[in-house]
Amino acid sequence: MGTTLVFLLSGTLLAATPLLLAAMGELIVERAGILNLSIEGMMALGAVVGFATIMATGSHWLALGNQVATGIAVGILGLGLSGLIGKPYEGMTVAPMKRIPIPVLSEIPIIGPGLFNHSALVYLAPLLAVGLWWMLRSTRIGLIIRAVGESPESAHAIGYSVLMTRFLAVMVGGFMAGLAGAFIATVSATLWSDGMIAGRGWIVVALVVFATWRVDRLVIGAWLFGLATIAELLVQGAGISVPSQLLTSIPYIATIIAISILSMDGRKMRLNAPASLGRTYNSTA
Amino acid sequence: MMRLPWIVEPRIGRTGPRALLAPLIAVVTTVVAAVILMSSQGVAPSRAIWQLYVAPLSSLYNLSEVLLKMAPLLIIAQGLAIGFRAKVWNIGAEGQLLLGAIGGSLLPLWFNDSVNPMMLPTMAMCGMLFGMGWAALAAFLRTRFNANEILVTLMLNSIALQLLYYLVSGPLRDPYGFNFPQSALFPQVAMLPSLFGMGRANVSIIVALLATVAAWIFVERSMTGYKLQVGGVAPDAARYAGFREKRAVWLSLCIGGAAAGLAGVFEVAGPLGQLQRVVSPGYGFAAIIVAFLGGLNAIGILFAAFFMAVIYVGGDMAQASAGVPYAVNTSLQGVLLVSYIGARLFVDYRVRWRRDITQQGVN
Repeated sequence: MGTTLVFLLSGTLLAATPLLLAAMGELIVERAGILNLSIEGMMALGAVVGFATIMATGSHWLALGNQVATGIAVGILGLGLSGLIGKPYEGMTVAPMKRIPIPVLSEIPIIGPGLFNHSALVYLAPLLAVGLWWMLRSTRIGLIIRAVGESPESAHAIGYSVLMTRFLAVMVGGFMAGLAGAFIATVSATLWSDGMIAGRGWIVVALVVFATWRVDRLVIGAWLFGLATIAELLVQGAGISVPSQLLTSIPYIATIIAISILSMDGRKMRLNAPASLGRTYNSTA
Repeated sequence: MMRLPWIVEPRIGRTGPRALLAPLIAVVTTVVAAVILMSSQGVAPSRAIWQLYVAPLSSLYNLSEVLLKMAPLLIIAQGLAIGFRAKVWNIGAEGQLLLGAIGGSLLPLWFNDSVNPMMLPTMAMCGMLFGMGWAALAAFLRTRFNANEILVTLMLNSIALQLLYYLVSGPLRDPYGFNFPQSALFPQVAMLPSLFGMGRANVSIIVALLATVAAWIFVERSMTGYKLQVGGVAPDAARYAGFREKRAVWLSLCIGGAAAGLAGVFEVAGPLGQLQRVVSPGYGFAAIIVAFLGGLNAIGILFAAFFMAVIYVGGDMAQASAGVPYAVNTSLQGVLLVSYIGARLFVDYRVRWRRDITQQGVN
């Protein structure tokens, strides 16, 4: 029982970290008014580049023009390129990133080894979330990002460059997605295989909607999704006879249900969603 | 906050020939990218061009492979384009295709010794209904709960794949198949008649061409097609004229789902001859690219589907003969759409340097 709990806690954190990292990037992008659907490809590219160099590298593209199509296109491109670059690495493994047990806290039974014995990025992700929350809420940069996402016309009128802000947001989003991909390849899986991102990028997009564009809910959501992933392994390990395909589908089904419930109250959804999300904006002056 | 040194402004009065510019630029860019990618894999540039773009057309057999790949792309893209014009973003054609393949497989698996000539038409209907039903889930959630159809159809893609895996490894697995995750082979009446004596092309390409004609008539000549387009271009005007948005969502998704479902049936009843884990090499996603590359225009899509099919076949052949990884294919598809969208930006908008404008003064 004890070991199962330790596995559950530490596995949840491990599975949630890449989701949280990428979702924070996507949150910034969407808050700036851009719907970036290329997370999957960016993560795949991040995974392979990260694997090849064992160093997190960001990847970024300018998402202007038709955002939906561009997102898909860059996503497909990223998946293809990652397959290409990664070909020579197929089946190789790397040493996992060093774990850093936190003194004192990691001594606590069950919770200690479960929560406080991880690689640095696992701790860093929630800290980054706090930073992101603070940045969006009470800094000048956060204000500009939100202004650009809510009303690009007004932001432009008071002299902020909408395109520049969005471009930078997409760069940050790409960097975070790349980091998440690299995390999966070098920390949680320690190997690279084609298709290893396995739809996590899409879950990230859904996660942001699930969190109604709020950082606090994003953290909770990421942990819930991490838990769902681990629960799948536990149920299989316990020999309960549920088709594994059904378990694999649970995060997707949960996402659809969550999106439906959250969108049902259209007014509330509109209040939370960045008003210009997915609309292209052209400055003509 | 720094300002960009250039501004982007819409071009006014876009004319016919210029509309062709973007797809042409995209095609050329893709060819160049192909040469670079293949060279990185150690293939000489001239050989790369030959492999990807000439070899697929060099013999009747290869040409029939191109037609075989073109058919599903063309059918799906025509269906999707109708929805895209109405700004209903169905990204779930891949899942709808899988459901179509599943639906189309039920009859030949249940009546495995059938010789009934109505088998194929019934399978086609069944597959279309399954694809439509899968898409209708997204339509229902969008119209009833306001759930974003992009995200829902995306999730449904993943769920459809898991459903297929479950069926071929469980309920629909061939009992005499040595435990391989695939169904029994279809009876002869469930197989599409082939088109030429040689090669694998079958009547699906004829159906795809008919679908193109139907799509053209629907979009250009029918009232419903017109309503859909108005709803996409000017939702407020459409509402004022009494065109209901919910109907547009339902119609768009059902047409797209039925088209993708039909393509799924054609895969299992054509080259595969059974239901297996891999039904489609990403036709559902590639068709999105085809729809855009064709300018959401029925005739444009015809050419786009042909070009995309050539890339598919060329990539397959390069993989077989030169050991180039299949990922080249996927990369080129991405390059194709990214460069198309990039080119559209420059065709639809003008980029001007700020410096020049200040010199001219405000105009």
